[in-house]
Amino acid sequence: MKDILSELEERRKDARLGGGQRRIDAQHSRGKLTARERIELLLDEGSFEEFDMFVSHRCTDFGMENQKPAGDGVVTGWGTINGRMVYVFSQDFTVFGGSLSETHAQKICKIMDMAVQNGAPVIGINDSGGARIQEGVASLAGYAEVFQRNIMASGVVPQISVIMGPCAGGAVYSPAMTDFIFMVKDTSYMFVTGPDVVKTVTNEVVTAEELGGASTHTKKSSVADGAFENDVEALAEVRRLVDFLPLNNREKPPVRPFFDEPGRIEDSLDTLIPENPNAPYDMKELITKVADEGDFYEIQEDFAKNMITGFIRMEGQTVGVVANQPMVLAGCLDIDSSRKAARFVRFCDCFEIPILTLVDVPGFLPGTSQEYGGVIKHGAKLLFAYGEATVPKVTVITRKAYGGAYDVMASKHLRGDFNYAWPTAEIAVMGAKGATEIIHRADLADADKIAAHTKDYEDRFANPFVAAERGFIDEVIQPKSTRRRVARAFASLRGKSLKNPWKKHDNIPL
Amino acid sequence: MFEKILIANRGEIACRVIKTARKMGIKTVAIYSDADKQALHVQMADEAVHIGPPPANQSYIVIDKVMEAIKATGAQAVHPGYGFLSENSKFAEALAAESVAFVGPPVGAIESMGDKITSKKIAQEAGVSTVPGYMGLIEDAEEAVKISNEIGYPVMIKASAGGGGKGMRIAWNDEEAREGFQSSKNEAANSFGDDRIFIEKFVTQPRHIEIQVLCDAHGNGIYLNERECSIQRRNQKVVEEAPSPFLDEETRKAMGEQSVALAKAVGYTSAGTVEFIVDGDKNFYFLEMNTRLQVEHPVTELITGVDLVEQMIRVANGEALTIAQDDVQINGWAIENRLYAEDPYRGFLPSIGRLTRYRPPAELSGGLLLENDKWQGDAPAGEGYAVRNDTGVYEGGEISMYYDPMIAKLCTWAPTRDRAIEAMRNALDGFEVEGIGHNLPFLSAVMDHPIFIEGSMTTAFIEEQYPEGFVGVDLPEADLRRIAASAAAMHRVAEIRRTRVSGRMDNHERRVGTEWVVSLQGQSYPVTIEADQLGSTVQFEDGDQVRVSSKWTPGDQLAELEVNGSPLVLKVGKISGGFRIRSRGADMKVHVRTPRQAELASLMPEKVAPDTSKLLLCPMPGLIVKVDVEVGQEVQEGQALCTVEAMKMENILRAEKKGVISKINASAGDSLAVDDVIMEFE
Repeated sequence: MKDILSELEERRKDARLGGGQRRIDAQHSRGKLTARERIELLLDEGSFEEFDMFVSHRCTDFGMENQKPAGDGVVTGWGTINGRMVYVFSQDFTVFGGSLSETHAQKICKIMDMAVQNGAPVIGINDSGGARIQEGVASLAGYAEVFQRNIMASGVVPQISVIMGPCAGGAVYSPAMTDFIFMVKDTSYMFVTGPDVVKTVTNEVVTAEELGGASTHTKKSSVADGAFENDVEALAEVRRLVDFLPLNNREKPPVRPFFDEPGRIEDSLDTLIPENPNAPYDMKELITKVADEGDFYEIQEDFAKNMITGFIRMEGQTVGVVANQPMVLAGCLDIDSSRKAARFVRFCDCFEIPILTLVDVPGFLPGTSQEYGGVIKHGAKLLFAYGEATVPKVTVITRKAYGGAYDVMASKHLRGDFNYAWPTAEIAVMGAKGATEIIHRADLADADKIAAHTKDYEDRFANPFVAAERGFIDEVIQPKSTRRRVARAFASLRGKSLKNPWKKHDNIPL
Repeated sequence: MFEKILIANRGEIACRVIKTARKMGIKTVAIYSDADKQALHVQMADEAVHIGPPPANQSYIVIDKVMEAIKATGAQAVHPGYGFLSENSKFAEALAAESVAFVGPPVGAIESMGDKITSKKIAQEAGVSTVPGYMGLIEDAEEAVKISNEIGYPVMIKASAGGGGKGMRIAWNDEEAREGFQSSKNEAANSFGDDRIFIEKFVTQPRHIEIQVLCDAHGNGIYLNERECSIQRRNQKVVEEAPSPFLDEETRKAMGEQSVALAKAVGYTSAGTVEFIVDGDKNFYFLEMNTRLQVEHPVTELITGVDLVEQMIRVANGEALTIAQDDVQINGWAIENRLYAEDPYRGFLPSIGRLTRYRPPAELSGGLLLENDKWQGDAPAGEGYAVRNDTGVYEGGEISMYYDPMIAKLCTWAPTRDRAIEAMRNALDGFEVEGIGHNLPFLSAVMDHPIFIEGSMTTAFIEEQYPEGFVGVDLPEADLRRIAASAAAMHRVAEIRRTRVSGRMDNHERRVGTEWVVSLQGQSYPVTIEADQLGSTVQFEDGDQVRVSSKWTPGDQLAELEVNGSPLVLKVGKISGGFRIRSRGADMKVHVRTPRQAELASLMPEKVAPDTSKLLLCPMPGLIVKVDVEVGQEVQEGQALCTVEAMKMENILRAEKKGVISKINASAGDSLAVDDVIMEFE
């Protein structure tokens, strides 16, 4: 018996070494941790339970039958994050460069199936050279099996991808279908075709970092939702994100003890809106002053900065925030910001996370690049997402809410539950100057008359009361009491139950 | 007594005057520009009158507009504060013409003391010791160079009408004299509408010590001891104290008596300040007389118990002084630190914007009674301390680019200098400012600086002690341990809270461990925490134990702790895997990790910040006034590249090293943001 036990220990020890000490050292020298070290940092200490430690590949071509490392380049299993269950796979770059074989894929599929069945998030740590070429079509099939599971799990359990090394070719499409992608600066990249192929086909000379590094995907392509300095920080921040997320779509978002008075008054918010209606201010100040303990987890911080998305807590419970950012492009809606917010709203709706919308929007960005780029359909995504969402929706209009953009931003008409406005709000079809020039076209030549008309228009319409008179605004609130009002609104909506008509699925304008 | 008084100023000084007026039962009128509609002084005053657009030369210093405000409100007297119209004789004349009392000296005294050249002559005649220099008007830069040579370098080039560091330059050679003359002249023209310049000997190893005088219209004059203002940056005072740790009773008396003699020589009434340069042998030279209330007047009030603003108002009302020279005592020690909206890590350049957070430490009277004319002497002898914060801003307010970037004047008083310094250290630690850059860490560093503690500073203190600018402070080991222990205890609390989230697996909860590694300022401390109901005992590897107790909960931005029985206040922000902590002169990232996390974190590479050495970045939001170079030009180290104007100060940006300009991205008239690339080098 003792021999058997020690053999088990030996085999485990061997499996844990992955591709061997030399390759582990090489991994470290690149500033990267190993697959198992990453799992250690991701999960609560000692909570990891491994599956399929001894699985090895079945390839017999190209001499592969002579190298059959235990685990086959991916570590899979489950564990806890602050006591809550998650499933995890972590690709091991020290074993065949983390390449995906048929068995490697099967290991991933196994934990994904369990995650969906048992209702726990899947966190995938990607560090792989791509398909296992020696296996050919079997490897491709493996990818597709994973893809299919990503699709089936979508909206059932949260799926998070952390890119901690290369992720190229078909491999990118698994992360692409998960809810969040995080990257590590300088040590990770993602692309469909690499720099060599790009050069051959298009003559473009580009480095892997420029083509698909963290900066590219967080700032330009919006493929990634965030980037971190190193593996340690990335995994700590994924833990922090998981604290905000429900484990599955059958559960309410998590609640944890909080140390912040729900009725906290913030006098400084009374001066947040500048005197000059065209002057910017930082909407993030409002978010952090409304949130429990000022804690805000921003999603896609570096992309489409005219729109802010992320998670806060109100009275300990997760709330998704969508907010126009007047500091960037006056907070207007455009293709990028609409797409960014639409995807975020849909994530929140999938997982029953209430949505707080903070509005200061002068309208849609005009221009040929927007129209040619399809702003009509992209803008419609956000409208659609808000309209179909059945979660509690609380909206605060701080300043401008003009035109169609007013409708889009979680207006009362899109089944908003609480629609508040600050006294500084201007809910109107457009700004005073533009409106006057249309209504009083005949007086266009007379600057004095136009100025007088503009003033009249401002007095009559540049306020929240016209909308409040019609009930489109439920209440005009004092800026300083926003936290209290919003907290009470969400508290009152904990029992909200709203169902959309049965359908196979909707047809959002993709 | 007056029934209504108008304060022709803004900011903290307007608020300061309003407080005393209120105490005296006088109604107050504030004036405000467009930029100050929501300012604190406007909120505090009984009435407020709008007087124009933000730039001071279109509002606060336009005499006609202030006169209109006076007429409109029926104010019987005007307190001018400092700066703006406080030393403008035309304003005093205009008031006299309307029979409105000016809370300040007579026109003649303002005129004779307001001009630095005339004032020096009068001082000499009154038997006041003066610095060698050229009194006449200087035509052009070449004449400035000639005169500078006659006096002998180094020389100080000053705007005749100047003050507060504006229009002042020190030149060590001909080139600097030429350049300094020109920029002083420009700044003087812009700021004061008077471009007259004079030059005098720059006294080396000097201390700036000034005497507070108070005179009435009945021939009485007294001095209220001195203020030491040697800690200055670019001739702008930063730290002041009273009394001076340098003066002896004899010198104090001599300076005080000469000051009163000068005041009497010009028929001075009201409060005034005679500034001296004092060298290492306690020789003192007259510098100038400020015919107004001084910024740093609170330290005098704290040690004498005299409310200077009240005295000024009474004198303006024709009352005789009730305080005789013998009544003036020195009670304890007072220190003032000026909190500026500036970035100490970027050469103290101005920082403007919204105060998203502004929480000064609580004011404490410490037994001081300023409600009465005289020191009441009921401060607990040998114990107690006072905290006073004169401010004109509030959380959610705006630090605008149009005015002085001073946010607050934080003062502490205690029976002894050491205790006053200690009280100041604690008060600074408990001061929260966010949204703009501020000099709190720098002020803390000064309070901990051995030269300051010893009291042996000169006006060159900042230049000599921080030649490369301020980069933060390396805290001593004992402080690091106190902070490390506190951070570990706070982190543990935050981690335990995280484990209380809903949805966890019953019976398989996360157990938060007792072993942690705290890293800060390049040090790593493995510690073990034993927590009980009252606090935590943090044990270091060498057996050293630190006891920490606190009511801190996650999200609190100010941690008030008791560490080994003594208080510790930390400004705390959250970062990934730890805290950002400001304590004393250090602003640092503190990571708290489990031993395994720490081991793995040590494998992570150090990331190097991107190389900006080939770029000239705009150090502050401002306006490009002038670009001195062109593409392809070779520049020498220290050569002027361009001039950026911000906060009314012309800042000349210079080449850090020899190089060739490859690209220029900005031209005169452009408004730039921080870190915009102005030009590039090859």
